[in-house]
Amino acid sequence: MSISTIDPAVAEGEIVDPRILLEQRERRLRVIMPIVSILAVLGLWEFLVRYNEVPHYLIPAPSLIAKTLVQDWSSLMQSAAFTVKLTLLSLSLAIVGGVLLGMLFALSRTVEMCLFPFAVILQVTPIIAIAPLILIYVSNTFFALLICAWIVAFFPILSNTAIGLRSADHNLRDMFRLYQATPWQRLRHLLIPSALPYFMAALKIAGGLSLIGAVVAEFVAGTAGQNTGLASRILESSFRNEIPRMFAALFLVSVLGVGIFLVTSWLSNLVLGHWHESEIKRET
Amino acid sequence: MNAASPLSNAAGLTDAPVLIDMKDVSKRFANGTVALRGMSLQIRNGEFVSFLGPSGCGKSTALKMISGLLSFSSGSITVNGHPAGESPHGSDIGYVFQEATLMPWASVFDNVFLPLKLQGLGKGEAKARVEEALSMVGLANFARSYPRELSGGMKMRVSIARAMVTKPKLLLMDEPFAALDEMTRSKLNDEVLGLWRSHGLTVIFVTHSVFESVYLSSRVVVMAARPGRVVHDIALPGADTRTSAYRMTPEYTENCRLVSNALEGTMDHVDLNH
Repeated sequence: MSISTIDPAVAEGEIVDPRILLEQRERRLRVIMPIVSILAVLGLWEFLVRYNEVPHYLIPAPSLIAKTLVQDWSSLMQSAAFTVKLTLLSLSLAIVGGVLLGMLFALSRTVEMCLFPFAVILQVTPIIAIAPLILIYVSNTFFALLICAWIVAFFPILSNTAIGLRSADHNLRDMFRLYQATPWQRLRHLLIPSALPYFMAALKIAGGLSLIGAVVAEFVAGTAGQNTGLASRILESSFRNEIPRMFAALFLVSVLGVGIFLVTSWLSNLVLGHWHESEIKRET
Repeated sequence: MNAASPLSNAAGLTDAPVLIDMKDVSKRFANGTVALRGMSLQIRNGEFVSFLGPSGCGKSTALKMISGLLSFSSGSITVNGHPAGESPHGSDIGYVFQEATLMPWASVFDNVFLPLKLQGLGKGEAKARVEEALSMVGLANFARSYPRELSGGMKMRVSIARAMVTKPKLLLMDEPFAALDEMTRSKLNDEVLGLWRSHGLTVIFVTHSVFESVYLSSRVVVMAARPGRVVHDIALPGADTRTSAYRMTPEYTENCRLVSNALEGTMDHVDLNH
């Protein structure tokens, strides 16, 4: 009769740590599972459309959307490029403006008290409501769209940068004072690293918002013609009752959004992965 | 012998030069709280002084004022002849906070390197000194680790290495081991004693533990609260030759009793000296 549950023969025979195997499996599943589930949903969609003979002007099958995507590739890509340009430009300007103003807020309470109400007003007023005004006042359409998308993406960066710069540990602040750090050293080595987790969180939000801002602004502008984005393709297709093309453009907007999300998440992990609680993976 | 007589100038090293001179220092906060009233104290080179007292007695406040981190309402403090906080080299003072206070985004090496970096030293020039400070606290192999990977005791060691990397003359410690378990604590106590002896440091150690203060110090300054003030100044000779066996001696027990009594006195009388 054996009391011990440890079998030495089995323990010796093992070469690979089971935890490593488990981790590899987990990593593979993290890629495979979303792909499988998306394929399953597409398959079900295709089946239901074909089985029930749903007309393509109501709900097109995924295969038809894919076909449209290939057929209209060049015009759709032109529009996608426009939307990408608008989104990235507005996001960059939101980062520059938000960070600069956030720094100013963190430096001076007075400035913050004076300017913060305007930032809040801009944020809480729906962009759809402001966009027509901006389109009237600004003659260049691209510039007007840029302002709309910028307003939407700007606020999270501003507010998180201001909070982040103030969030440095007070004992660490004392230590920097004790060693007579210059204001620049304090900013570079204490305030900016402390603010980074807040900034990265804001970047993830602002990335998605800038795309939403770019699409919504274009809807309101209702522009047509050569130099327009994916939102215009969606509008245009709906007027012409080209539903598969509408879905194709919609698909591209989603792909853009997912792309922005993946890039910002990757950036966040790159910057914070080695130290911040939010990005550290722990064994459970 | 009643060594606990109030404010007896009982410091052991009467011949060493005065490093810290506090004259009638008071601190009143904006809300009217008197954190410290009329504290006068001279600390000589090479002393190991503990500030002992209940919470709210102003012991941490006094330490912050000596370092120049906190202003005072009246009186004067000089450190090595300069007004507190105006020393030409901030690095003459090492400060260990209640918590380890490490930068979570920086490796152990970079955390210890920080005071030198703020002085304008490059990583290459500072490497040897950082490594020396790390091996001083037994963490030579952890230079590349991040604070989150270390235990509480190890984090505190990093904090001590950071305070020592500038080779300070004066080491200020603000209840550094209060959050650690008993075993780690007594080990770190021995390490601090070792540093004090081998580096000719002057140490001011804030604590609320009678045992810790008696084990470490050459002198215990007992403080009382409301208002914060000094009530006893007790010399404990022979600190520089003690070993861990000291904890088992009748002398240690007697000293603990002495300091305990002095501390209890601060609780009984609301206003002992006034």
